[in-house]
Amino acid sequence: MILDEETLELRDMVREFVDNEIIPNAPEYEKKNEFAYPILDVAINEMGLGCLCQPEEFGGAGLSNVAFLTLSEEIARGDLGIATTLFGNCLATYPVLIAGTDEQKKLWFDTLDEKKYAAFCLTEPNAGSDAGGVRTSAVADGDDYVINGTKCFISNGGIAGIYTVLAVTDPKKGVLGLSAFIVERDRDGVSIGKEEDKMGMRLSNTTEVIFDHVRVPKDHLLGKLNRGFKIIMETLDHSRAGVGAFGVGIAQRALEEATKYAKQRVQFGQPVANFQAVQHILADMAIEIECARQAYLHAGELIDAGLPYKMESAIAKTKGSDTAMKCAIDGLQVLGGYGYMKEYPLEKLVRDAKILQIYEGTNQIQRGVIAGCLLKKY
Amino acid sequence: MNILVCVKQVPDTTSIKIDPIKHTLIRTGVPSIVNPYDAYALEMAARIKDAVGGKICALSMGPEMAKDALKECLSVGADEAYLISDRVFGGSDTLATSCIISTAIKLLEEKNGAPFDLIFCGKQAIDGDTGQVGPEIAEHLDRALITYAYESQIEGDAIKVRRESDEGYDMLLAHFPAVVTVEKTPYEPRYPSIKSKMAARKAQITTLTSAEVTVDENSRGLKGSPTKVKSTYTAEVQKNGQTISGLDGSLAGAKIASLLFDAGIIK
Ligand SMILES: Cc1cc2nc3c(=O)[nH]c(=O)nc-3n(C[C@H](O)[C@H](O)[C@H](O)COP(=O)(O)OP(=O)(O)OC[C@H]3O[C@@H](n4cnc5c(N)ncnc54)[C@H](O)[C@@H]3O)c2cc1C
Repeated sequence: MILDEETLELRDMVREFVDNEIIPNAPEYEKKNEFAYPILDVAINEMGLGCLCQPEEFGGAGLSNVAFLTLSEEIARGDLGIATTLFGNCLATYPVLIAGTDEQKKLWFDTLDEKKYAAFCLTEPNAGSDAGGVRTSAVADGDDYVINGTKCFISNGGIAGIYTVLAVTDPKKGVLGLSAFIVERDRDGVSIGKEEDKMGMRLSNTTEVIFDHVRVPKDHLLGKLNRGFKIIMETLDHSRAGVGAFGVGIAQRALEEATKYAKQRVQFGQPVANFQAVQHILADMAIEIECARQAYLHAGELIDAGLPYKMESAIAKTKGSDTAMKCAIDGLQVLGGYGYMKEYPLEKLVRDAKILQIYEGTNQIQRGVIAGCLLKKY
Repeated sequence: MNILVCVKQVPDTTSIKIDPIKHTLIRTGVPSIVNPYDAYALEMAARIKDAVGGKICALSMGPEMAKDALKECLSVGADEAYLISDRVFGGSDTLATSCIISTAIKLLEEKNGAPFDLIFCGKQAIDGDTGQVGPEIAEHLDRALITYAYESQIEGDAIKVRRESDEGYDMLLAHFPAVVTVEKTPYEPRYPSIKSKMAARKAQITTLTSAEVTVDENSRGLKGSPTKVKSTYTAEVQKNGQTISGLDGSLAGAKIASLLFDAGIIK
C-alpha cells in the first residue's frame, strides 16, 4: 500500500529520533546492563510515544492502525527492547479498549499517563502456548475480587504502574471460566518476582508478577464475568500485527547495516558489494522485507476498515518474525567475522530477532491459527 | 509573556552543493529546513514559555512553501504562525526584509493591543549568513537588542542573557520590549510530539500580503534594496596544517612534538 502524507511525516519524525537518539545510545545501555530510562523519557514525555493506541477522547493521538504499525517498525529498527517497552503498554491497553467501560478507560489512561508503563499478564509457568491453562484465581468476596497467582515472562512487569490480568473465576468451566481484570501496581499484595536474564531484547524488562491476596473492587472486572479469554484472544489477534512490524524493523536495520558495510569492505581489491553472491544476499533480504512489510500494512488496513483480520494478523506476525530472523543472520554473514563481534550491530539483531518467533504466540501457534482460518474457509 | 520568533526557511546546507563555475547554490533537490539558529531561538522562547507561561507567535517571510517551516514551529512550541508573502516583496535584501518584517510586527502588535515582550531571531540564516535582519528589526522598532544569546532567563520585566566570547562570556540584561538573536544553545531543540505534529499539519497559517503589510514601494523588493552583489565566491579554506607521513606511530608522535615545541606551542 501507499502510505498517506501524514503517516510519512510521522514516520520521518520518529525516524529522526531513532537515528539520533536510539541507534547511537541504546548499545551503551545494553553494555552497561542499564535500563534506557533517559531515552524512554524523551520518547514518552517529549514525543508522546508512550501509548500510541490511546484514543483521542482519552488524550491520545488517535492514530490509525496503519500509522501505528509504521511507527512500530521504525522504533524496532532502533532497538527492540525499547520498542517492546513502549508497545508493551499498548498490549496491556487493548483489553481495556476492547471491553472496558468509559470509567475503566479513564482510570486506565489516568494511571498510565502518570506511571508511564503498563503490562499484560497472561503467561504463567504452566500456561504458555496453552493460555487457557492459567491457574491464577480471582474469587468474589463482598464488593471485591481477591486475586492469587504468579505470572511469568511479563514484559514491563517490574516497571508497570498498572496491569491487565487474566484469572480463573470459575475453575469448572475451562476457558469459559476465565475473566480479565485491571490491577494497579500499588495494591497490597502485588509484588515483582524474578527478573529474567535474557539472550536478547536486553532493554526490555521481563519479570514475574506475583498476586498474593490482592483485593480489587468489582468494577475492575473487564467485560463480562467468565468472558475474559475472548478479550485476551482478541487482544493478541490485534497486537500480533505489531510483532510483524517489529520484525520488519529489525530486518530493515540488518539490511541497511549490511549494505553499508558491503560497500566499504574491500577484499580482492574491490568492495565486497561488487560480488554477485553478496548482492544476492542483500536482494533476497530486500524481497523478504518488502513482502513482510506489506503483510503487516495489509493487516493494519483491515483493522482500520473494520474488516476481519485474524488470519492476516497472524500471517503478518509469522512473516515479519521469520524475516527478522533470516535477515539478521544473513546480514551478519555479509559482515563476515566482524558480524560475529559485539562492536558491530548484527549479532545483537540476531539475539533480538529470536524473541519475535516466540512471544505473543509462537510461530507454531500462529501457523495453527492460520490453518484454523483456512479450514473454516474452504 | 508575549513572544515573537522570526524564522526563515533555508535549504539544508549540509546537503547542498555549490556550482563550481557560477559560484551559486545548486538548490534543486535540496530539502528545506527551518534555519537552525531560528530553531534554537524558538527553543529558547519555548523554554521561557514553559517557565513563566505565555504565548509564542512564529513569523516568516518567504514563498508559500515557507508554511512548511512555520508548521514545524507550530509542532515544537509556537502557538500561532504568520507568513508574509507577496510577489512585490521578492528580491528584498536584508534592509528591505527587515523593514517589511518590522511593519508586519507592528501590525500584529496592533492586533494584540500590546508590543511583544520579546522578539527572538536566529543569529544568522545559514544560506545568506549576514546576521543583519535581527539587529535591523531592533533598529526599525527602536527596541533594545542583544545579539548572540547562548542562554537566557527572565528576571521580572527583563531578560538576562549569557553571550559567549573568545575571552569568556558577557552577562547582559535588557528590559522588555527587546530583540534577542540566538546562537547555538547548550541544549538541542525539542522533538515534536505525535499530537503536536498532527495538529500542526492541520493548522491554518495566515498569509499577510502587501495589502496588510503596507511598505513604501521604495523600501521593499529590489527597489528598496541598496545591497548590490558584485560577485560571490567560495572562500578558499586555508590549510595551515601539516601532514606527517611515512613514519610509524612513535616516530610520527615525536616529530609532531618537536614541531609544536619549535613553534612555541608546547614548552
Ligand atoms: C521475553 C519474553 C517476553 C514475554 N512477554 C510477555 C508478556 O508481556 N505477557 C505475557 O503474558 N506473556 C509474555 N511472554 C510469554 C510468551 O508469550 C510465551 O513464552 C509464549 O507464548 C510461549 O509459551 P511458552 O514459553 O510456555 O512455550 P510452550 O508453550 O511451552 O512451547 C514450547 C514449544 O512447543 C510448541 N508448542 C506448544 N503448543 C503447541 C501446539 N499446540 N502446537 C504446536 N506447537 C506447540 C511451541 O511452539 C514451542 O516451540 C513473554 C515471553 C518472553 C520470552
